Amino acid sequence: MTWEAVIGLETHVELQTASKMFCGCPVDFGDEPNTAVCPVCLGLPGALPVPNEQAIEGILSIGAALNCTLTESSLFYRKNYFYPDLPKNYQISQYTFPLCLGGHLDVDIDGTVTRIGITRVHMEEDTGKSTHVGRSGRIQSADHTLLDFNRSGVPLVEIVTEPDIRSADEARVYGTELQRIVRALGVSDARLEEGSMRFDSNVSIRPSGSTELGTRTEVKNVNSLRSLHRAITFEIERQIEVVESGGTVDQETRHWNEDLGTTTSMRNKEESEDYRYFQEPDLLPLHIDVSWQERVRAALPVLPAELRNRYRQAGADARTAEILVDGEGLGPLFEEAAVLGADPRAVGIWLTGEVISFTRTAETAVTTTPLTAAHLVELSEMTADGRLSATAAKEVLTAVLEGEGAPGEIADARDLIQVSDVGAIETEVDAVIAEHLDAFEKLRAGDPKTLGFLTGQVMRATGGKADPRVVQELLRRKAGG
Amino acid sequence: MTGLSDLSIEAAGTGLRDGSFTSVELLAAVVRRAAITEAHHHAYLTIDRDGARLAAERADGELADGTDRGHLHGIPIALKDNMCTKGLETTASSQMLAGYEPPYDGTAVARLRAAGAVIVGKTNLDEFAMGSSTENSAYGPTRNPWDTDTVPGGSSGGSAAAVAVGSALGAYGSDTGGSIRQPAALSGVVGVKPTYGLVSRYGLIAFASSLDQIGPIARSVGDAAVLLEAVAGWDIHDATSYRGDVPAISEGLADGVDGVRIGVVTELMAEGIHDEVRSGTQEMIEQLSAAGAVVTEVSLPATEFALSAYYLIAPAECSANLARFDGVRYGLRVDGDTTEEMMQRSRAAGFGPEVTRRILLGTYALSAGYYDAFYGQAQKVRTLMRQDFEAAYKDVDVLVSPTSPTTAFPIGERTDDPLAMYYADVCTIPCNLSGDPAMSVPISLDTAGLPIGFQVMAPALGEEMMFRVGAAVERIADFDARPALASDEVVSA
Repeated sequence: MTWEAVIGLETHVELQTASKMFCGCPVDFGDEPNTAVCPVCLGLPGALPVPNEQAIEGILSIGAALNCTLTESSLFYRKNYFYPDLPKNYQISQYTFPLCLGGHLDVDIDGTVTRIGITRVHMEEDTGKSTHVGRSGRIQSADHTLLDFNRSGVPLVEIVTEPDIRSADEARVYGTELQRIVRALGVSDARLEEGSMRFDSNVSIRPSGSTELGTRTEVKNVNSLRSLHRAITFEIERQIEVVESGGTVDQETRHWNEDLGTTTSMRNKEESEDYRYFQEPDLLPLHIDVSWQERVRAALPVLPAELRNRYRQAGADARTAEILVDGEGLGPLFEEAAVLGADPRAVGIWLTGEVISFTRTAETAVTTTPLTAAHLVELSEMTADGRLSATAAKEVLTAVLEGEGAPGEIADARDLIQVSDVGAIETEVDAVIAEHLDAFEKLRAGDPKTLGFLTGQVMRATGGKADPRVVQELLRRKAGG
Repeated sequence: MTGLSDLSIEAAGTGLRDGSFTSVELLAAVVRRAAITEAHHHAYLTIDRDGARLAAERADGELADGTDRGHLHGIPIALKDNMCTKGLETTASSQMLAGYEPPYDGTAVARLRAAGAVIVGKTNLDEFAMGSSTENSAYGPTRNPWDTDTVPGGSSGGSAAAVAVGSALGAYGSDTGGSIRQPAALSGVVGVKPTYGLVSRYGLIAFASSLDQIGPIARSVGDAAVLLEAVAGWDIHDATSYRGDVPAISEGLADGVDGVRIGVVTELMAEGIHDEVRSGTQEMIEQLSAAGAVVTEVSLPATEFALSAYYLIAPAECSANLARFDGVRYGLRVDGDTTEEMMQRSRAAGFGPEVTRRILLGTYALSAGYYDAFYGQAQKVRTLMRQDFEAAYKDVDVLVSPTSPTTAFPIGERTDDPLAMYYADVCTIPCNLSGDPAMSVPISLDTAGLPIGFQVMAPALGEEMMFRVGAAVERIADFDARPALASDEVVSA
């Protein structure tokens, strides 16, 4: 029997607002523990929440970018459960009537586009952070636990998909694209390693062709897109193995262990909590009128998918377009250079090659380097008219990035200009022929291997500056070919 | 028995400004009174002698310099001990918060300090404001000054008793289901539950957030108006606080009831209301009519279900509001082998029986499978209650009823019968469900010498009309009885 995986993702994104969701404390993760706190985010008696408008703007932009309906009237709820890093022992969240409903995100895997439905996008607050001090780092065997409430009350957006994802690959591409969107919106740095973006996966399997849903498990604790892929792959295989050996999959929450590369059971359905949701009486319903919704949609930046389209239309291939979207500042540089007449293919190769490797080494973005679109145009022209070889162009580009000046200046200073003057090259060609008559005779007799040899000799004689295309053309002509 | 501590806030203000006495002297009179009465009534949990003295000295200095902060400048007042006061122990009468000193002032408290009020101390209440008798206090009950064998009502019984005996010129309480009005009625003072949202709840230890409202307890309607004006108005820290202008609370106090349309709530004059309370209320209604009011009977059918709905909604909200008391960050902690065990032990040790009962009730009402039958149903009743009031206020300006179905009942009588205790709130709960304002004004004594309170209810933000009618009731009743305080010392204090 062949199996099909059915996957839904719940993604949490911390918004990098100036202040927390329900109080004025700063959203700042570098601080000493328990310094960015106040009566509200510590859950002190008598404290009350006041919603942060900037966070509401942030979630609305995410919802709009995911093609959701922005609801006109939205409610906050209390989600009740006891945990030491949840200071009120309830989390202010949303339940029915979330801010954004029913959108979608298209993911493209090697040219095949799959539409992933977005069930809802809702607003909540983050918890504090527990550090379990003891053997395993898990609460069960900790000697004691340190609590830091700096994160408590940070605005948290939860994005829930329909069970539309069919493979670990699709899940990773969805995750990557969502990360791009959130970053493009400027609402979060969306770093999985630091927890500002977190994925929980609901995974089940069913016989291929079936339309029923199998029992699902929820996999938590992935902290990179790579481990999201690994965890889902493992979980699918585990479930197949369980079912094929005659067992049944339990509905449970499973913990991804990065080091072991396995998932292990955290708690099963019988232990699962009743959150006793009820409407948060400390907050009024949120009213997002049509003009606010329109404002949010109008303010959306150009999203990654559209940018990729634009770059492809400007002449980039699919892979290059993707890299241009992901690298900070690369896309605009590409577009500007293309508009100014540079060869898009060459510019694509440079930006995704030399420029990225330079910025990675320098740990900076291209926008902080001296490289401009005009430089790329100049470089493109010099390559096209034969003044620069492909190799020399790369050398010049690196020098531009290092601040040595414009491409023309650098090429001159480094003596990299190719000789394309046919008369000058012909003199050298004649000299080489005279010196290597045997080889030339073989060329005339139709031995193509000698063309390379003779070309090489001319290049050596000119110190590599002759345009090899011109040299070959002359040699062929003289051989009567 | 008259002394400085028996003055009205207005009279005390005049005395402070014409140099008859200082705020320090006024405070001293109040503290002397408390020194005598506390042994009998236990109105206070904490008296902040040093803090109050500093505030009084500052007030004297400012008034002498011509800096006048208004009606409450230099006036000794008391706060219910569920209002957070920076650096001053705030327990909500619970073991859970024994010794807890909040790091901040609630908004009402901050406004009172800014108004130059002198905070004498923190008054006793039913634990976390859950109760109708002030017997559910971890620190012992408060006794009714009119008869120390009876309860002062609750949960703001400490504030009501303090005002009644003059150990404060005025006080604040909180009203979730009647916790200001019912003790005011049983203790023979004026109590006001303002429109929900008129006074910020920031810094009020929450019992049931959608119902809780801070309000004044005073010896006169005029004093109550002054006390309410000092704390009313929008607060950035409370998302449910009202953003518009504060009603002109004290402007119509002298206007009388000629032509005012008064509705008598049929359901609240029916069986279950003690005879003497009903006849006292009826008599007042006739006098209002004689004074020119247009009196009609009004039925609020949802009243029948209000009590049941309230005892689902309030416990449901409290089950979440009190979840934060877990021993982790503040308050009582009883150690255990695991975090969970520590939390369980701390909560078991920290909460008294009534609080535990309501948390369990509320947790159950919100549980999966029961939500619709209990909490969901209660919310529907709440909507019906609101609709009843809205319909009624199309035809009348205010509604009236008794404040409490009985006068003060004996200590211990209802402690083992929660349902009988809950019934004490039958007249007051409807306005908490609707969010509308209501006040209690003392009108007379029953044959046992215990005060009867008269309730005036108004539509949301109808405080001006409510106070106008309340002031008329006060003038008609001319209720000048005071609890007889046994000791001669009291008279001289």
